Amino acid sequence: MSIFETTALSVAGIAAETATGAATATRANIMEMTQAAEEAVLAPEDTGAFPHELRAALAARVARLNGDDGLAERYLARAGTFAGLADTGTDGSAEGLAVVVGFFDKVAARTAEVAAEDIAALQTAGVSDADIVRLCELNAFLAYQIRLIAGLRLMQGDAA
Amino acid sequence: MTRIVHKFTRTVPDWQPRVTPVKLEEASAEQLDALKVTPSNTKVSAYVLTLAHDVESLKVRSPLFNAIMYDPGGMSRAEREVGALAASMVNRCIYCAAVHADRHAKLEKSTEVTDQLFLNGPNARLSPRDRAIFDFAVKLAKAPPEAGAEDMSKLREAGLSEEEILDLILSSALFGWANRLMHVLGDPVAKTAKA
Repeated sequence: MSIFETTALSVAGIAAETATGAATATRANIMEMTQAAEEAVLAPEDTGAFPHELRAALAARVARLNGDDGLAERYLARAGTFAGLADTGTDGSAEGLAVVVGFFDKVAARTAEVAAEDIAALQTAGVSDADIVRLCELNAFLAYQIRLIAGLRLMQGDAA
Repeated sequence: MTRIVHKFTRTVPDWQPRVTPVKLEEASAEQLDALKVTPSNTKVSAYVLTLAHDVESLKVRSPLFNAIMYDPGGMSRAEREVGALAASMVNRCIYCAAVHADRHAKLEKSTEVTDQLFLNGPNARLSPRDRAIFDFAVKLAKAPPEAGAEDMSKLREAGLSEEEILDLILSSALFGWANRLMHVLGDPVAKTAKA
């Protein structure tokens, strides 16, 4: 896979022959590792409590919360039966995931406000510690990818 | 008694997980490999043992983190620390902010910039270049990101090359990631005084 086919560069619309494309080529290793990190959180071998389609739906949801419809569409295509969760007007209760979805939204959009009680609420709802870490890794990676894409768009002069 | 740190500081606190970390003696072969545990290196932080619950992520995250913060070329290491610090201040990750303010001060051999940032926040007195870098990194770290074309113009006016701008985007974005692990999965606690 060329770095220009990675999710970040293709969603941002970066072409090789541009100044932005040339800059990203100097950091090709980082662009490749970014894609590997996406695989690790979107499609891990050990999914824990969160199957691939659910992960893709949550990813689409966070992309939407951050106003990135292009990235959201890409993840939504992989969300299968969980696609409804990508609608930010829903709260996950229809899927029995209200606590998980509430936590996911807060970590994505109100990070500074997250406190010990939020982790305790997941534990009370029966989410294992390993699954709490998995949830955070998925959310945290998306925060990075969304901002990398936003920055790349600005570099090449697209309106934000 | 533990004392949770609530204010920004350059004094690096301890980090206390809110979940139970993986126990080294119960770790799988894959976890041990990702943790880089060898007979001569058996010291692993509580933070890394916590992340070992998601070993596939941990394996790819560490080399990516190191490449963004330390690979040669592009923006200086100290300026990458400003990007990391700006995001950590937005997300109020006290632990991350302490580590990266301390690194900045050591790299610059000066506490002036980080003193200003912790004392005056957005009104810190900074050089025009640091001002452009800090403001861009803060706005990119917001949810949703608030950086716009004007902020990008200010980076170019301040003399940043395209490679430097990319490194700034990467360092601020990376801490959007790191903050959501460190600030969410644990508490910063004051180090207990050594006897």
